[in-house]
Amino acid sequence: MIAIIDYGVGNLFSLKSSFAAIGAEAQVTADINVIDRASHIILPGVGAFSDAAAKLRDSGMAQAVIDRAGAGKPLMGICLGMQLLFDKSYEYGEFEGLGLIEGNIRPISDVIPESFKIPHIGWNSLEFKKNSPLFKYIKNGDYVYFVHSYYAADCDDSVSAVTDYGASLTASVERGNVFGCQFHPEKSGDVGLNILRAFCEIGVSE
Amino acid sequence: MITKRIIPCLDVKNGRVVKGINFENLGDVDSPVRLAEYYSRCGADELVFYDITASAEGRELFTDILCKTAEKVFIPLTVGGGINTVEDFDRVLKCGADKVSVNSGAIRNPDLIGQAAKLYGDQCVVISADVKRVDGVFRVFAKGGRENTGMEAIEWIRRCVGNGAGEVVLNSIDTDGVKKGFDLEMLEKVCDAVSVPVIASGGAGCADDFITLFKTLPKVDAGLAASIFHFGEVGIGELKKKMAENGIPCRIQENGNV
Repeated sequence: MIAIIDYGVGNLFSLKSSFAAIGAEAQVTADINVIDRASHIILPGVGAFSDAAAKLRDSGMAQAVIDRAGAGKPLMGICLGMQLLFDKSYEYGEFEGLGLIEGNIRPISDVIPESFKIPHIGWNSLEFKKNSPLFKYIKNGDYVYFVHSYYAADCDDSVSAVTDYGASLTASVERGNVFGCQFHPEKSGDVGLNILRAFCEIGVSE
Repeated sequence: MITKRIIPCLDVKNGRVVKGINFENLGDVDSPVRLAEYYSRCGADELVFYDITASAEGRELFTDILCKTAEKVFIPLTVGGGINTVEDFDRVLKCGADKVSVNSGAIRNPDLIGQAAKLYGDQCVVISADVKRVDGVFRVFAKGGRENTGMEAIEWIRRCVGNGAGEVVLNSIDTDGVKKGFDLEMLEKVCDAVSVPVIASGGAGCADDFITLFKTLPKVDAGLAASIFHFGEVGIGELKKKMAENGIPCRIQENGNV
């Protein structure tokens, strides 16, 4: 069973439906017992980093996620959920993340040319940087759906794929059993569903 | 590279898809869930569901249809029509919508866009503007294109974006249903006025109209149409192929196995 962490941020309907579509049981939960029983954890999120980070801490879910990831359970952060895996974000200030992956969240305006619109919205292609288990069923160059104004920086060692938006932006990351996608696999058609399917097949690391 | 999006729009009334010519003479097309699945399979980049129902029962039916679609279709869904309050945003977002477009609701309540953007983020709020030339001036129309608000359109759109709208759908009433191409003059003015993505709507009659759109106005991010897709006059797969041949970046969908 896949635990989708519910900490009052964002809309989890599509995420839950997409696991159903690939035949995986998923539960939207804020219950530590359910998270313990789960084989895999999804950390979703949309909105502002500081608000989400506070809600994640206040709900007790932050520590729960850090502990389970530390014990080797596969964890995937999606969109803002991916950004929360990092040390720090500079979105409207300076805020602490979960510190599971080394690096910082910075505005894409720092690196993209002025002529590019913000947010980066739409379908863009993945350029693989690592042979990630998440890419088992997809190809280099496949398209996925992005909506974001901030990106993961200072994390070269963890980047598994980038996307080109006038600059090379982090599209996905991984460090051991901790994975993250800046894009929305639950909104990326068959490619996205295949990424979720590959995630479900990742075993617990020792 | 970021791609140009092709977006079929499904006008939904009492749980069925309809499309009118110049917003009148609505004719029945198909089940929204089936059309949405079909479009998703043949490579649509996004879908817009526009609720043109007036009654409360129709509204409930729409929400139900939306949930059923979002359970099966895994591309972005935008919902519009009857969005007047943040509660309306909440209602459709809980059913799987990713973005919500506001039109008359934002005209009636100028604070709606700001309130929704604060709650759900700019990326969630789309301003959909029905615009028509009146004595040579672009005017915003309300109530599905029936009522001239008297407001100048470019300034109105600029203000909506300033308040937090993360995308603009520009529907030209002048070209809608005429099938002779998008309203390039109007679109250019809007693209020059705002820095968020602009979606062209109204006037597509054939694949070449999309090629002309993206070639002439590279700042336009997406093209939206309804009847030409619903009646099979333009196939999305063929359209994408033609776009690629013309050097327009687009997502070519392969029939994947999941």
